[in-house]
Amino acid sequence: MKSEQQYIELFEQCRQMLSSHSCEVMDSLRDEAFTTFQRLGLPNRKVERYKYTDAQEAFAPNYGLNLNRLDIPVNPYDVFKCDVPNMSTLLYFIVNDAFHSKELPKYQPEEGVIITSLKDAATRYPELVMKYYGQIAKKAETPLSTTPEGQYVDGEFIPMHKNNEPDAITALNTMLTQDGLFIYLPKNTVQDKTIQVINILTSKVDLMVNRRVLMVLEEGAQAKVLFCDHAMDDVNFLTTQVVEVFAAKGSSLELYELEETHVKNKRFSNLYVQQHEESKVTLNSLTLHNGYTRNMTYVGLVGEQAEVNLYGGVIADKKQHVDNHTLVDHQVPKCISNELYKYVLDEEAVGAFAGRILVRQEAQQTESQETNANLCATKTAHMYTQPMLEIYADDVKCNHGATVGQLNEAALFYMRQRGISLEEAKLLLKFAFVGEVIDKVDLEPLRDRLHYLVEKRFRGELNKCTGCKLCK
Amino acid sequence: MLEIKDLHASINGKEILKGINLTIKDGEVHALMGQNGAGKSTLSNVLVGHPAYEVTQGSIIFNGKDLLALKPEERAHEGIFMSFQTPVEIPGVSMVNFMRAAVNAKRKYLGEEPLTAGEFLKIMREKRKIVELDNKLANRSVNEGFSGGEKKRNEIFQMAMLEPTFAILDETDSGLDVDALRIVADGFNKLRKENTSAMVITHYQRLLDYLKPDIVHVLLNGKIVKTGGPELALEIENRGFDWIKAEIEA
Repeated sequence: MKSEQQYIELFEQCRQMLSSHSCEVMDSLRDEAFTTFQRLGLPNRKVERYKYTDAQEAFAPNYGLNLNRLDIPVNPYDVFKCDVPNMSTLLYFIVNDAFHSKELPKYQPEEGVIITSLKDAATRYPELVMKYYGQIAKKAETPLSTTPEGQYVDGEFIPMHKNNEPDAITALNTMLTQDGLFIYLPKNTVQDKTIQVINILTSKVDLMVNRRVLMVLEEGAQAKVLFCDHAMDDVNFLTTQVVEVFAAKGSSLELYELEETHVKNKRFSNLYVQQHEESKVTLNSLTLHNGYTRNMTYVGLVGEQAEVNLYGGVIADKKQHVDNHTLVDHQVPKCISNELYKYVLDEEAVGAFAGRILVRQEAQQTESQETNANLCATKTAHMYTQPMLEIYADDVKCNHGATVGQLNEAALFYMRQRGISLEEAKLLLKFAFVGEVIDKVDLEPLRDRLHYLVEKRFRGELNKCTGCKLCK
Repeated sequence: MLEIKDLHASINGKEILKGINLTIKDGEVHALMGQNGAGKSTLSNVLVGHPAYEVTQGSIIFNGKDLLALKPEERAHEGIFMSFQTPVEIPGVSMVNFMRAAVNAKRKYLGEEPLTAGEFLKIMREKRKIVELDNKLANRSVNEGFSGGEKKRNEIFQMAMLEPTFAILDETDSGLDVDALRIVADGFNKLRKENTSAMVITHYQRLLDYLKPDIVHVLLNGKIVKTGGPELALEIENRGFDWIKAEIEA
C-alpha cells in the first residue's frame, strides 16, 4: 500500500468528525484539497521538489490524530517560565495544533490587533479569514501565464514551470487541519512588542499534527513574530504546517522561526508569503535541533519595490535531516530579494538546499542575490545544494552561488599554535560560520540568545529538548 | 631552554631537515639565515608541531620535556610562540574571542582561574599599546581585512598577550615598511624578559639591527653549515651565501 492510502481512508471515514470540530471557513476547502491530494499522492524522490526528502517514507508509519479535539492537559507556563531575557514579548502557546487560550499574555497587543485561534477567528470574522485562508498558497500554485511555458533545446521542448503544481503536503494539511493561529494587524498598526508563539508537541502516543497559521498585515502595518518549535515527549511526531502570510502595501514583517525538537520529530512546513508594493519581509529560520525536517518557503513578490530577506541556519549531526526548499517569485519590476542559507553538518547528518529565484519577463530591474554555504565537518555528512536562477527579464542584477567545504586546516593549526585545543578551535570555526546568519537577526536580545544557544548546541549540551531553551 | 639533536623531518615523504643540531640557552636570541628552500620554515613548523611535517629521526628537548610528544596547543602552553610568515584570516571569529580562548586555555593548563571579561579587556588594552594596534582592528575578525603590516603587528600583539618564553619569528620582517618594522621590533624588545629566548628567521640584516642576535646560523640543504656571532649576518648581507657554499665544498 502506498503511504497516501491511509490518509485517504482516514479522510473518508472521518470527514464528519473533521467538520464537527472545526469551522465552516476551514471546511470549505477540504473537499477540493482532498481531490488534489488524491490526484498527487505523497511525493517520493522522483518528484523534483522532493528530490532530497522522501515524503512517501516519512508519512508511511501509522500516527494517531486528535481529530476529536480531546483536551490535552498541560500548563505551558509550568515548563516555560520566562521570556527571552531582556525581551518582553506577547507570549502565546499552541499545544500540538490547538491555540492555548487558557494562558494569554499579560500584555495586550496594540489596538485592533487580533491574535487568536484560527478556528475562533474564522467563526467570529468569517469574511476576513475567508478572504485569505488558502488563497495565498493557491496563488503560489497558479501556472505562470505570462512567461514561456517551456523552451526548445536542440529542437526538443523542455517544459519550465511544472514546479508550480499544487503541493501535496499543503493539500494534506488543508484536508486535515482543524485549528492553528490567526494574526491580524489593521492598517498602519505598529505592533511594537514581539509576538512570540511557542509550538509545543506533547503526546503519550505517536502523533500527527496538522497546524495552520494565517497572518495578515494590512497596509503599513508592522510586526515581529517569533515561532519556537518544541517537542516535549519521547514519542514519534509528524507535523505538517502551512503558514500563509499576506503583506499589504508598505507593511513590514520580521518572522523568526526556531526549531528545537528531537530526533523523533518529522516536520513538513510550507510557508507562503505574498508581498505587495513596498512591503518588506525578513524570514530567518534556524534549525537548532531536529529529526527530519523539510521547510518549503514560497515568496511571491506581486507589488513593485517589495523587498524580501530570507535567511536560514542549520546545525545538524547524528542522522538528522534538514531540507530547505525556497522559491522567490519576482512577478513585477523593482523588487529586491536576498537569500543566505548556511549549514553545519556533523557526523552522518544530511542537508539539502534548493533555492530557486524566478524573475519573470515583466520583473525588470530586479535585484536578487542568493548564497548557500555549507560546512561538512565529517566525511560521512552529506550536503546537496541546488541554487537556481531563472531569468526571463533582461534588465536585472542577479547572482547566486553555493559552496561546500570542510573546516579550514590552516585556521585550525593557527589557533592550536596559540594554545586553543583542536576541539575548541573546531567549535570556534563552526560557531563563526553559522554566526553570519544569526547576525542578521535585528532583535538584539534574540540575537544574543541565539548565539548562546548555538554555542551550547555545538558543545553538545542541547542533545535533547528539555523544554524551551529560549526561556530557561 | 631548547636542545635539538640530529633532527630529520620530511613533508609529503620528501626529507627537508637532514640532521639539525641546535642549542638555545635562556635569554639568547638566535638568527637563522639561509636561502629559500634551505629548511628554515620547516624547522620552525616542526618546533610548533605542524601536522603536515613528519619527524623521522632525532629529538627536541624543551625545558626538560620531550617536545615531540606534545600536541601543538600543549607546546603553546609550555611557552612556545610562533609569529607566522603568513598569518591566517579567520572570518567570523573576533580577535577578542580568539585571544580570550587562547589566554584562558593556557591559564587552565597552568591550573589558574580563567580571566573575567573585565580583566581580560584591561590586559588587551595594555598590550595593544605596545604594538600600536588600533582598537578597531582588535574588534574585527582575526586578521580579516588586515594589511600585511597590520597582520605582522597583530602577531606581536598576540605574543604580548601570551607571554611566551620562546618565540619564533618566521620572516616577521617580510612585507613591512621601515616604520612598521621598527614598531614590531620595538614591541618585541619591550616584551623580552631576561630569560626569554627567540629564534629569528630572516633574509635581511635590517631586522637584526633592531633585535641584536647573540648567535647567527646559516642553514643549507637541511643542515646548519655555519654558526657565528652577529658579524656573520653582516657578512651575508654583503656577500650573499655563495662563499659559504664554496667553503663547504672546498
